[in-house]
Order: sequence, then C-alpha cells, then structure tokens
Amino acid sequence: MLAAAFADFMQQVVSGLASGGIYALLALALVIIHRSTGVINFAQGEMATLSTYIAWTLWANHGWNYWLAFPATLALSFAGGVATHRIVIRPVERGSVLRIVIVTIGLLIAINGFVIWQWSGEPHQLRSPFPSDVLDVGGVAVSVQDLGTIAVALGIVVLLWLLFQFTKVGLALRAVAVNPEEARLVGVRVSWMLALGWGFAAMLGAVAGMLTAPSVGLDPNLMQALLIYAFAAAVLGGINSPVGAVVGGLALGVILNLLSYLSQYRFFDWFSEELRLPAALLVILVVLLVRPGGLFGHAEVKRV
Amino acid sequence: MSPRVTRAVGGLAFAALVVAVAVLPAFVNDFKAQQYAYVAIYLIALLGLNVLTGYTGQISLGHGAFMAIGGYTTAILMAGNEQFGGPLGGGLKDVWTLPFAALVAGLFGFAFGLPALRLSGLYLALATFAFAVAMPSAVKRFEEWTGGGSGINLFGTPELTGSLTNVELFGWELTFNDWLYYLTWTVALLAFAVAWLILRGRTGRAFRAVRDSEIAAVSSGVSLARYKTLAFGISAAYAGVAGGLFAIANTFVNPDTFPIALSIFLLVGVVVGGLGALSGLVVGAIVIQFLPLWAQGEDLGALLPDRIIAETQKPGGPAIVYGVVLVLVMFVIPNGVSGLFHRAGQLVARARMRRT
Repeated sequence: MLAAAFADFMQQVVSGLASGGIYALLALALVIIHRSTGVINFAQGEMATLSTYIAWTLWANHGWNYWLAFPATLALSFAGGVATHRIVIRPVERGSVLRIVIVTIGLLIAINGFVIWQWSGEPHQLRSPFPSDVLDVGGVAVSVQDLGTIAVALGIVVLLWLLFQFTKVGLALRAVAVNPEEARLVGVRVSWMLALGWGFAAMLGAVAGMLTAPSVGLDPNLMQALLIYAFAAAVLGGINSPVGAVVGGLALGVILNLLSYLSQYRFFDWFSEELRLPAALLVILVVLLVRPGGLFGHAEVKRV
Repeated sequence: MSPRVTRAVGGLAFAALVVAVAVLPAFVNDFKAQQYAYVAIYLIALLGLNVLTGYTGQISLGHGAFMAIGGYTTAILMAGNEQFGGPLGGGLKDVWTLPFAALVAGLFGFAFGLPALRLSGLYLALATFAFAVAMPSAVKRFEEWTGGGSGINLFGTPELTGSLTNVELFGWELTFNDWLYYLTWTVALLAFAVAWLILRGRTGRAFRAVRDSEIAAVSSGVSLARYKTLAFGISAAYAGVAGGLFAIANTFVNPDTFPIALSIFLLVGVVVGGLGALSGLVVGAIVIQFLPLWAQGEDLGALLPDRIIAETQKPGGPAIVYGVVLVLVMFVIPNGVSGLFHRAGQLVARARMRRT
C-alpha cells in the first residue's frame, strides 16, 4: 500500500520533471533575451509554435525523415531568431522598453495569424522523438517520453553552459549581458551578439515546441499557456539567472504535478486541473512580492 | 511655442473635438455610432492607463482586469446577483452604476498599488499580466456574485435602460446606439477634462517626478508610496468607468468579455497614442477599435491592394496585417501620435521664428 503510493508519487515527480524541463527550456530562452536586451520577449511562445509547425510540415508534408527535420528546424529557428533581431528588434532597440514590448506583441499577433493562415487552425499530430515504451525502475513505471524529455532538456542546458563558459563567443555574449558599452570598447560586436542571443532563444523554443507537441497535439495556441509557465519559472529562478530558469522550470513542473497528485487527499482537495495556470500565476505574484530577485538572482540595486 | 500658445492650441483642439463628437451621429448610421461609442470607452480606459504608464512610469499589462471589475460592478448593481444566490438585488439604472464602478475598481487599484510598490518596470508588467490572466478564473470561482461562466444579462428589466425602446433625452428621441454614443462620449470628454485638471498641477508634477527619477522625487519630498498608489487608484477608477460602459454597450458580461487580449490592446493603444500626453489618445482609441476591422479590409482597409485583401479574407490574415502594422507604427512614430503632434508644433514654431 505504502509502496504503491510511493511509486505513484515518484511517477508524478518524473512526469513533473519532464514538463518542468520544457518550462525550463522556454524560461531559459526568456532569460537569455532579458539578460542582454532587458526585455521580455512576448513573442517567444509564438516563435516556438512556428518552429514546431515548420518541423511538422517538413516531416508530414514534404516527407522528410524526422531525424533530418529535427536539426533542420533547429537551424531554421536559429536563423529566424537572428533575422528577427536584425530586422525587427534592432531598429527600436534604442527607444524605451515599452516600444520593444509593443513590437514583440506585434510579432506575437502576426506570427499567430501566419500559422493559422498557412496551416489552418486544425490540430495536427507530430511524432515524438522517443518511443512510447514504459520502463520499470524499481517498481516505478517511468515513460521513455518523460525520461527523454528530461535528458534532452538537461543536455541542451549543459551544451549552452559549455558554450557560454568555455568559448570566445560565449565570453562575448556574457560580456554584452554585463556591460554592453565596455564590451563594445574592447571590440565585441554587441549588436551581432544580441542577434546570436535571439537565435539561441529561438532554438530553445523550437526544442520546447517539438517536445510538447507530440503529447498535447499541434495547434496554433500550442505555446500560449506554456509561455506563462515559462514566465513563472523564470521569475521563480530569477529573471537574469540561467541556472535559476532551469531550476525554476523543473521545480514548477514538479510542484504543479504534485499538487494535482495530492488533490486526491484531504487538505489538497481544493486543487483541480483548472487551477494549474492560476497556481503558476500565484507563484509569480508571491515571488515578486517576497523575493523579487527570484531564487538565484539578486534584486536590482540602483546607483544614483 | 510658449506654454500659452500651446495651451490655446490645446483648448481649440479640444473644442473642435467636442463639436466633432456632437455632430458625428448626423453623418453616420446607427451601427457606426455604436462602433464610435466603443472608441469613447477605450479612450476612457486609455486616459487612466496613461496616468499610470505615461505619467508615472508604471507599466500595466492588466488594465482589462480593472475594466472587468468595473463591468461586473455595473452588471451586478443593475441585474443583481440574487438569482445566483448572491446578496444584492440590483435595480439601479445604468448611468448611476458608473460612479460605483469607478469606486470599486479604484479601490481594487489602490489595493493592488500597495504590493506593486515593491515592483518596477518589467516585474510590474508581469505581475499585472498575471492578475489579468487570473481574472476569468476568479470570476468563475465567485459564482454566487458573478454568475460564473454564464455571466450576467444587464437588461433583464428593460426599464433600466433604453435598450428596447428609443430614449427620450432633452426632447430628442435617440436610438439605443445613438444614446450609447452620446452617453459614452459625454463621459469620455468629462474624463478627459478631469485628467487634464489632475495632471496639470501639483499631482501631475509629482507623477512625472516619480517617472523620471524615483530617487530625485523622494529627495524633493515627493512620497513614492502615496503617489504610486494614487496613480494606481485613479488609473483603475478610469478603467472601472470604461468597464461599466463596456458592459452597458455589450448588454451582458461573462468571463470572456474582458479577455487578456483587451489588456494588451490597451497598452498598445496608449503607446500608439503617445505616452505622457493626452492629445494622441483619441487616435490610440480609434486604433484599438478600428485597426482589427481595417485589417479585415473594411473602411480604410479597402485602400489596401486587392491581393492583400483577398488574403486577409482567410482565417489568420487579419492578425498578420494587425501585427505587421503595429510593428511598422512603432518604427515610424516611436513617440506615438502625441509625439507626432509635438513635432508638428515644433516645425510650425520654427517656421514662424524664421519669418520674424
């Protein structure tokens, strides 16, 4: 009885980590852009949806092998992210933050419209990169899907970390995030670094989209709720902290899953599936009020 | 231009606006009058949002939620919530609910302003966004007050408004839409004048000081807590009035009446209109109401090339046009329509200087 309950519990933790991994990827995308540009990219979710549709159309309509479509989509998304920054964001970068926010909102609306216009609002089915097997790990049933999602999310995070920490481009990217003017003085091409950041963010979103779509179905609103979970994850971890985004995402996924799991017991029976999104929003509000810097960030300090 | 000339030009423009508003219904049909009534409603909300975002520098992505509070206040006071098991009987006539809508939304705004004191910039934007996204769930949760998912029909008793019969006003007989038009625009112009009065004096200066530098404001003796919460309260009260009128125009409210998109469009309207100035807000309100229609190829949209109009007939097409136009507007007029007016004024002044 207790063992069965424990197995159930662990199962929820693992699938929470899987959805948390997806939140983490999108949150990381938000953090990368926010660190360098100081802006929340409201179009991040829609860009990811567009990437996922590209993967789907290459695979389903053009007969590409899935394992060819996957990296091709990543490359296209990266190029698309860079192009978005160069064409749409750069011209307004010097203005107020609100202008950039409105431009990303314009992008959100336009991309959502484009997806519906091009591929109709009907849901489609994208295959998963993983087999639908279930493994038995010490009495706990774990789906390969979940394990794969966690592995891919963590793998990408590690790759990005290596890139940021041990390459010259990574150093330049970090320098731009810390102090763009001094970075420019020592010869870093700041604007291209920002564009690279947008490219990486778009790529992260593409992975998040391709990992989500198989289980929930591909439709134009695929990433809208996910973007809010990603906001919550980024705020929870600290909106300037990449480590925080990953930890925040995983924690949020597990917390929400455990709340659903515990709702069968007393004291937690107030929780229901419709409260998942409000719960995430509550996380945003509580973190912002109690510890605005998030778990891993630090509050902004102003100099006079 | 000297401040006196600026003020004179502003006064003339306002008078021209009043005249244009008064005579417009003579030239447009009933349906159009209703659309222009919505412009007035958005104008009221934008005036409020501009107090907060334009003058005090606090970004809100959740003003639709304050409109929802105002709209539900109006609906509940008119139709009551006894039918859902709530405590209120209703029966108040539509116009008289508006002060209450302002009051209730204003109090909520004031209360929201207190925790918001700790937040600034993007963090505040996210917090208000969260507030707006959560609002429909909250409305559904408090079913005995709000009627839950099915909402409230405002005009269950037709005597509360002129919705079913024509309205007699000062000896004129008005259709519902014309009545709505005059009601909303009267309130909007009043709201405009009140906003101008608030912002021109000491309070407005304090708001601007907070926006430009919180530290400088504090060291000059401006209380941040007082003025930020005040700005939130005023702003939300405006949104409440707009929400009340929105509910009346819509004749019913439910959780989907005030979607998150509304909050986003309000921010779009205030940025397009021009932050920290009142003159462009009418254009901002027109953009909120009509840009989606133009994007479908109606009215001004008919000027688009035929090939584009053919494409916008497909689902998703209007959204593409809308989004692209929005981005282009931000490219072309970074400071909004008010900024454009300001530039035009400078050019005129320079031309006059050259002549003398």
